[in-house]
Amino acid sequence: MAEKLPKLAKANLTALVVDDNSVNQSIHHKLLDRLGIQNDIVCNGKEAVDAHSSGRNYDLILMDMDMPIMNGIQATKRLREMGISCKIAGVTTRADEEEKKEFMDAGLNDFQEKPLTISKLISILQNLELYIVKT
Amino acid sequence: MEKRQFRDYTISLYHQGFLDDQFTELKKLQDECSPDFVAEVVSLFFEDCEKLISNMARALDQTGNVDYKLVGSSVHQLKGSSSSVGAKRVKGLCVTLKECCDSQNYEGCVRCLQQVDIEYKSLKGKLQDLFNLEQQIVQAGGRIPQVDI
Repeated sequence: MAEKLPKLAKANLTALVVDDNSVNQSIHHKLLDRLGIQNDIVCNGKEAVDAHSSGRNYDLILMDMDMPIMNGIQATKRLREMGISCKIAGVTTRADEEEKKEFMDAGLNDFQEKPLTISKLISILQNLELYIVKT
Repeated sequence: MEKRQFRDYTISLYHQGFLDDQFTELKKLQDECSPDFVAEVVSLFFEDCEKLISNMARALDQTGNVDYKLVGSSVHQLKGSSSSVGAKRVKGLCVTLKECCDSQNYEGCVRCLQQVDIEYKSLKGKLQDLFNLEQQIVQAGGRIPQVDI
């Protein structure tokens, strides 16, 4: 049975899922879907950068750290250099403080440890002031 | 009868350590729009298992010239996806395998990889049985009960 979830106060939020793993892509896509957030999926940091270079933009990026071709740290730095100012939340299984700091320093607005859950995603949205209002 | 069986079987999978809370989180995402969500995600997971275990086995076959970096990155990925679906035992074995890989313990890696292979196949069978029980309930016109662990 599906849980009743709070509605977003801000309508038509969009997000980009950046992860090379199909299991995580599927779960993150569904989590965002469930909260009414339209979202696209790309497989690595380079595809995230290319998406923005082609003119696409999003309210939120869920950025994995370990990815081939271009990892999350490199992609976050590159997006910030390009002037992309949207909210970027790092999501990774790596909990090492030093690695977390390196990821944050690349330009993240928030960080959550995988696996993501509904409550962790809501926490990200609240931390990033993308507002949740209970119905 | 089927509902009772389903409840008991679900509880046993948690109590025996096959599944953890993350599987419960996946169930929360299943709804009328995506009634097969959990089955689809675990199917992706088992595809991951097959591919990554095969990569690691091939790397370990190169005795004397094992690419431990490749084994390490493959087990890191497998640990990630097993964690994401709540496959508790598989995840635990991945942690052990990563430790063997980091210390370049060849025998340990081979032994552990065999256990990972056995464990994911065991979980696959058990989840298939669980999904079959769900189907029986639905086909009999019933609703799948929520099971509190």
